[in-house]
Amino acid sequence: MTFARTLLDGNRGAFHPSTLTPMQKLTLRFVVVGLVYYAFAVIEGMIMRLYAVEPFPELIPPEQYFGILTAHPLVGIFGSTYMIVFGAFLFLVPFLMKKPIFSYRLALAAFWLVAIGTFVFWFDGFLTHYAPLYTLYWPLPADTEQFHPLGGAIFISGIAMVMVGTLLFVANVFATILYTPAGMDYQPKWPLFRSAIGLTGFRRIIQKDKSEDLVPLPVAAIARGAVDALLNAGIILFSGVLILIFLVAALFNVDLRTTIVDALLYKNWFWWGLDLIADGLVLLWVAGAWYLIATLITGKPLFMQNVARAALLVELVVSWTVWSHHLLSDQAQPAMLKVLSGELVTAFELITQGLAFFITLATLWSARPLKMTNELKFLLGGLTGFGLGVASGILQADVGLNRILHNTQWVIGPHVHVAILVGLTMTLYSVIYLLLPILTNGAQLWSQRLATFHFWAHLVGGIGMGAFMGMAGLQGMLRRTIYYEGEYRVFMILAGICGGLILLALLAFLLNIAMTVGIRGAIGIFLPSRLSPAVLLPVAEEAERSAGTSPCGPSG
Amino acid sequence: MIDKVDSSVVLWGQALIYTLYAVAVLVVVGAFAYKVTRPGGNTRVPTWFFALWAGLLVVTGVSIHLTTANTIPWVEVDLDRESYTADKSFEITIADHQFQLPSEQLAIGCGDQVEFVVTTDDLTYGFGLFRQNNTMLFQMQVVPGHRNDVLWTFEKNGVYTIRSTEYSGPAGHQMIVPDAVVVTGCDTTDS
Repeated sequence: MTFARTLLDGNRGAFHPSTLTPMQKLTLRFVVVGLVYYAFAVIEGMIMRLYAVEPFPELIPPEQYFGILTAHPLVGIFGSTYMIVFGAFLFLVPFLMKKPIFSYRLALAAFWLVAIGTFVFWFDGFLTHYAPLYTLYWPLPADTEQFHPLGGAIFISGIAMVMVGTLLFVANVFATILYTPAGMDYQPKWPLFRSAIGLTGFRRIIQKDKSEDLVPLPVAAIARGAVDALLNAGIILFSGVLILIFLVAALFNVDLRTTIVDALLYKNWFWWGLDLIADGLVLLWVAGAWYLIATLITGKPLFMQNVARAALLVELVVSWTVWSHHLLSDQAQPAMLKVLSGELVTAFELITQGLAFFITLATLWSARPLKMTNELKFLLGGLTGFGLGVASGILQADVGLNRILHNTQWVIGPHVHVAILVGLTMTLYSVIYLLLPILTNGAQLWSQRLATFHFWAHLVGGIGMGAFMGMAGLQGMLRRTIYYEGEYRVFMILAGICGGLILLALLAFLLNIAMTVGIRGAIGIFLPSRLSPAVLLPVAEEAERSAGTSPCGPSG
Repeated sequence: MIDKVDSSVVLWGQALIYTLYAVAVLVVVGAFAYKVTRPGGNTRVPTWFFALWAGLLVVTGVSIHLTTANTIPWVEVDLDRESYTADKSFEITIADHQFQLPSEQLAIGCGDQVEFVVTTDDLTYGFGLFRQNNTMLFQMQVVPGHRNDVLWTFEKNGVYTIRSTEYSGPAGHQMIVPDAVVVTGCDTTDS
């Protein structure tokens, strides 16, 4: 096939979107929109990388720069990661539980709320330069001397839409786990709930109980991460309403006293909630994804499955008690909280994530020799990212080291970007490569060379960027500021080159996917399916029949 | 010996340890990736090996903080702040993204244990001292409506710049007071 023909119809014309079930299409829509928002985040990241080398305030003034800095992580977390993860999990939970999703409409509503909500806050930030950063330290988000209250109100409303979409996702996940579909034998809710949360596995370890877990391990990880997603959405919504009250009052020229809210108390509850993402659902969902990928690659049971289940429950509880590591440089924060929550409980993340790391590798080892597939190499990349990123985070979560690391590039480089870009994103790429044939009913990847380039460019770019940012951080370079005198230019040029590699990796991946499914296929994903939402995967005859009538099918 | 440990020594130590750790992670995963694709050998991972790994994680997690608590001099001062009396105290306020210092330059004698009390009523800021080569001596958060104080012992001559280490909106991204703190009387100079 010619390049143009492949671009139009996909690799060997193997992808027929008309054969897809509504759930396959919805999952692919989540992934496509998630990747588009990931591209937003990468481009914003590259703008900031260039700005770090040499600021260009005449083109992008500082107000807009900080608007980009505010939108970048939010688009990356909510618009990209949440979208891809929600899509994958809304497919995997019914797939692994062997029953239809509880509500297709609820899943569709979650898709639109997160997609539109992300666009609302991103576009608002672009237009109005509302820039309190994702940390929203009180009373900055309600500072109407620096930000227009209408811009702030629209921005917060966009975030609120994402949170409502998150609540719908969580409700759908738990409802799918617990309900009994029509025509199936009754499935008791309480034992299912206990298994999903981890109480069954915990009791089995303590009481030597032999009862079986009703929920597969990856679903248990999804459910436990969903608990953190629920709590996080509650905190963000509560904080959002509080901010909105002040902004709406300002719109009506009513000046509410921001001192009525204690800034330290706010910082505590906000970080408690915000940390449920970084130190909660991300670690839980990533561990669950590792276990799922490892068992699917090997076809073998998970190594030390009971310990893995128990570790997930421990991680859930740990995620509720670690927030104080963000307040180690806040002198009014009680010392006991700094040591217990900030240092000691946080160190548990090294243990729980280290166990997940080992369990995944041991499971893979049990099936050697393995073929180095794309899903396997990206899984190993994801493991590497968390191996590096969690440890750097544990170092900064130390009373002594935090005094000289807090708010430096160390925090955002070797910890945040290595954990997210290498650890999380490579895990997500592994899931995408793994699910691609299942979700597309057998579409064939266009170029293995591009996939290999994607892997190496992303891995080297992600680790390299984090490393050079970290070196600058150790030399005193702060995050969230602009350096006009070229103080850290050498480090920033090197970090920028690595950032460019990440961009090239993304372009290679997008080209490969575009050539795999074709433009017609990509459009077809967004057209309605003729199949029932209760069907997760099409039966072969129906798929063949649909393919025969497809505009891009063999007879089309 | 412990008294001679300053922030630059700690950062070098951390950079060295973390670099070694990072190389070890890359080597282990790389070796695993090579071996897992090769046939032969045992595919079973013994339980004792898993227990050993779990034990190593626990020991590492705990020992990081024990090590720093016993080697970094400012940890004890930070956690037991009330037990220490400062030789000198500077009251600094921040308002409308401006530092207001008690004098144009804050003069400190060698070996002085100095208290910096920084307060604000409007936004969350940061307070950090930086060397002439832009490396950080220390920092703390400045939260509105609360007493924010840090106690620091100066054992080297030096001229330090004050800089807000926390983002307080676009208007605050250049909150810098160059050469605001001067330490004299020591035998060595903080470069």
